[in-house]
Amino acid sequence: MKRILPWIVPVLVLLAWQAAAQAGWIRPQVMPAPSAVAEAAWRLSRSGELWANIEVSAWRALAGFAIGGGIGFAFGMANGLSALSETLTDSTLQMVRNIPHLALIPLVILWFGIDEEAKLFLVALGVFFPIYVNTLHGVRSVDTQLLEMGRAYGMSERALFLRVVLPGALPSIFVGLRYGLGIMWLTLIVAETISASSGIGYMAMNAREFMMVDVVVFSILVYAALGKLADSIARLLERVCLAWNPVYAKG
Amino acid sequence: MNVTVLDRAVARETRVSGAGATATLRGIRKRFGTHEVLQGIDLDIPAGQFVAIVGRSGCGKSTLLRLIAGLDQPSAGRIAVDGQENAWKDVVRLMFQEPRLLPWQRVVANVEVGLTHAESRTERRREAQDVLAQVGLAGRERDWPAVLSGGQKQRVALARALASHPRLLAFDEPLGALDALTRIEMQDLIERVWQEKGFTAIVVTHDVTEAVALADRILVLDGGHVAMDVAVDLPRPRRRGDPQAAAIEGRILDRLLQR
Repeated sequence: MKRILPWIVPVLVLLAWQAAAQAGWIRPQVMPAPSAVAEAAWRLSRSGELWANIEVSAWRALAGFAIGGGIGFAFGMANGLSALSETLTDSTLQMVRNIPHLALIPLVILWFGIDEEAKLFLVALGVFFPIYVNTLHGVRSVDTQLLEMGRAYGMSERALFLRVVLPGALPSIFVGLRYGLGIMWLTLIVAETISASSGIGYMAMNAREFMMVDVVVFSILVYAALGKLADSIARLLERVCLAWNPVYAKG
Repeated sequence: MNVTVLDRAVARETRVSGAGATATLRGIRKRFGTHEVLQGIDLDIPAGQFVAIVGRSGCGKSTLLRLIAGLDQPSAGRIAVDGQENAWKDVVRLMFQEPRLLPWQRVVANVEVGLTHAESRTERRREAQDVLAQVGLAGRERDWPAVLSGGQKQRVALARALASHPRLLAFDEPLGALDALTRIEMQDLIERVWQEKGFTAIVVTHDVTEAVALADRILVLDGGHVAMDVAVDLPRPRRRGDPQAAAIEGRILDRLLQR
């Protein structure tokens, strides 16, 4: 019963929506019935158009995330461990952080056109900061008592990093990771909607030209599903990697 | 048995029974800013002795211990362990006030932190299990530190310290946060492993009863100096509430409270 309860409201909303659409209260040009959206989904997946576009979007998202996240992680670690590196780069990075990365879209289009590089650049830039800030915070907040213990037991710098610093920073890094995933999809949606010749955002904008509202609504749902999927994977990773932490072990 | 195995066995034997290390302190001073916490400490601690250092809070007893453990450097003076003025870090281990276990490593891996000398992974695992059994935690190898009680965590910390076969083991109020019964259990455990292994033990504590129950010799630290150096010549195992022990305790408390 507990499992069913949260689903009652969404199902009722869906039923009401379907009924209202069939009764003609909602014009299909504004909001198609759920059944019409499902039909569009079936049509697009049969033709393979859906999968091709998901593949393109997912690749952009992951590649951009890997580049931006990788650089953010590297800077976070370097600046957390080395005071020199921090003095050199942190204030510059904090200045750049204040520029909303989506504001760069016109510039990015001038630089890269509407090719893949433009999307990768935007996603990477958007993902960079949450990962950087949280990695840096994680390294900073590693328990100094544990560091002292490690040194007293003669751990090498390498062992100290792998056994104390990295695992100690991991909970914070995961916060950055999940936040970064959110920004990753958001950036991609905007970038693909404004300028693209493939991908989910392109599918939606293309459908809009032909007034295929069902495809537009479906595209939005696909984005939501992909975002949810990415978050679930991150949660799963969190549970596996942070099993030692009672806060995560239960969830 | 081939020669290397024999050598290794002998090496372990000397580490285990290896007896305690001597500690010699000459003119030790330690200054924090303008405040001089230790104002010239001279000490000779013979091998295998169980020494307790007591004093009011802020008297510098933990500072002194950290100097002996090599975690801090004295402002002036010389420390030698077994006659060595440098490179004694491997000989000395410090048990901290807090367990300081790595929360992301299971109990057995935490003990292995102390096993830097072991050759292979399997040998490390086996030795860690042995030491855990010695502190009464057999079967808890795969647990996360988070599920252990405070006393069990300190047992793991003790196992970690013992695993490295220290010849001088320093304790910085390791039992301060434990409840009364767990404290007594831990005191008995520390006394037992000290008798078995023969290392030199230096315990810093604010609990005079604990000092009298455990130590051969009690140093009272006051005003940056050793104010009292009391030999506790009572047979072991010591019964709690012994009148002779109570007399020594009374003398030390009088000095501490300036009565």
